[in-house]
Amino acid sequence: MTNSEKNRLKDKAFQVFGIFCTFIGLVVLAIFLIDIIIEGVGRIDWDFLTSLPSRRAGRAGILTAWAGTIWILVLSALIAFPLGIAAGIYLEEYAKKTKLSNFLEINIANLAGVPSIIYGLLGLELFVRMMNLGGILLAGALTLSLLILPIVIVTTREAIKAVPRTIRDGSFALGASKWQTVWNQVLPASIGGILTGVILALSRAVGEAAPLIVIGALAYVPFVPSSPMDEFTVLPIQIFNWTSRPQAAFLTNAAAAIIILLLITFLLNGIAVYLRHRQQKKIKW
Amino acid sequence: MTKKQSKLEAINLDAYYGDFQALKNINIAMEEKAVTAFIGPSGCGKSTFLRTFNRMNDYIDGFRTEGQILLDGRDIYADDVRVDELRKEVGMVFQKPNPFPKTIYENVVYGLKIQGIKDKKLLQETCEKSLQQAALWNEVKDKLDKSALALSGGQQQRLCIARALAIQPSVILMDEPASALDPISTAKIEDLIHELKKDYTIVIVTHNMQQAGRVSDHTAFFYMGELVEHAKTKTMFTSPKDTRTQNYITGRFG
Repeated sequence: MTNSEKNRLKDKAFQVFGIFCTFIGLVVLAIFLIDIIIEGVGRIDWDFLTSLPSRRAGRAGILTAWAGTIWILVLSALIAFPLGIAAGIYLEEYAKKTKLSNFLEINIANLAGVPSIIYGLLGLELFVRMMNLGGILLAGALTLSLLILPIVIVTTREAIKAVPRTIRDGSFALGASKWQTVWNQVLPASIGGILTGVILALSRAVGEAAPLIVIGALAYVPFVPSSPMDEFTVLPIQIFNWTSRPQAAFLTNAAAAIIILLLITFLLNGIAVYLRHRQQKKIKW
Repeated sequence: MTKKQSKLEAINLDAYYGDFQALKNINIAMEEKAVTAFIGPSGCGKSTFLRTFNRMNDYIDGFRTEGQILLDGRDIYADDVRVDELRKEVGMVFQKPNPFPKTIYENVVYGLKIQGIKDKKLLQETCEKSLQQAALWNEVKDKLDKSALALSGGQQQRLCIARALAIQPSVILMDEPASALDPISTAKIEDLIHELKKDYTIVIVTHNMQQAGRVSDHTAFFYMGELVEHAKTKTMFTSPKDTRTQNYITGRFG
């Protein structure tokens, strides 16, 4: 066999291997989805969405769980977005490139990789005990905000970095201050990217159970939370709780709740994709 | 040049990027309502020097200057000078056209809007006047609300000039304004420079020797951070004093 034949063969071999790898991921996901849908979709009806939890599987619903999830989602967004975006803007636009800022940068990236349960422990100590909040919505939202803050900061910086230097120069040269340049040029040009990143961060937070269990979110909440100071549960905790029961009917409930949770996640991801698409269409450098 | 006060003047100017000295003891005076071209090989400091006139180097970590730059006799690096005020007086056009990703109208009035001017009539009038000055009005008057990014490269560069004119500076700095453009667009920019020098003091950095010859009244040759020679363009191109200038303009290096 000549060398070029060998190379062609290797090329072909890698293609086949690559297709195989791609399919493993897709097939596993598809099997999971199909399994869940077959198991749970029949269970989803209006009553399931609007009923309170119950000891009897047939009467149990996820009203408190999805209401808690939406509460957590909105509160975490309100807390983490302004903090994270402001920090990202500061680090990218204002901070001088010193050893300290390098050190900060590396550690923020590291924080994004810390397991979520560690954040749960931090939240337990900081919010539940030291601030004496207890296992309420606000404590949960603060904890998840800490969890996604590094991701929000990092994605904000990436989006801001993608705005060309020349746009800033143009703005400065016309007498604009740093803030005017950030507000009028950098943010409008990068907001799509920023939102994409932070929404993906949120959709990660929505799926978290561990840190919320640690701070003391309840599995059984017989009322819909009406303020950030109320006790709460979320969908992942409800799912976790149901899957640990021995009765088959609860497993069906869990599958149905998983479908709802996935819908929320897909919806968030869909918004992110839409925003990114719109941004790309609007601005070509 | 000595009787009339110079528009722009550098006195014993040194500039540093950290430990690297980019400009060495520059002394130069530039006349009002004339075009001065800076030429020299890449890395000779001419762009750095240009950017000291509107303090664009301020944003570079580790950049500092010693000596003075005078605009109408006033040191622009003095403590009481506000950079935004300075840049209203000294406009700049960059190498690559850099329109904002906004409408043509928004691009032109941006400098006014950030000054807090909201009077719609004034903004519209300034927009038209600036675009006419930049010889772009006829091409864009029907699409002021369209994205500036849809314009051709040459049009974009003239838009950037209009944008700079809108805030009524007295000096315009141009950093290789035509180097990213095709020959026809380049010719239009050069014609424009001829027009503009009636009202503005223009400093232009260029790599193109013919361009320097065509558009400028005075030429300054920079080499390794030093100002080697500064003279009337005609004099400089016909009888350069320094051998380095001669070598450069005849194309022997650079």
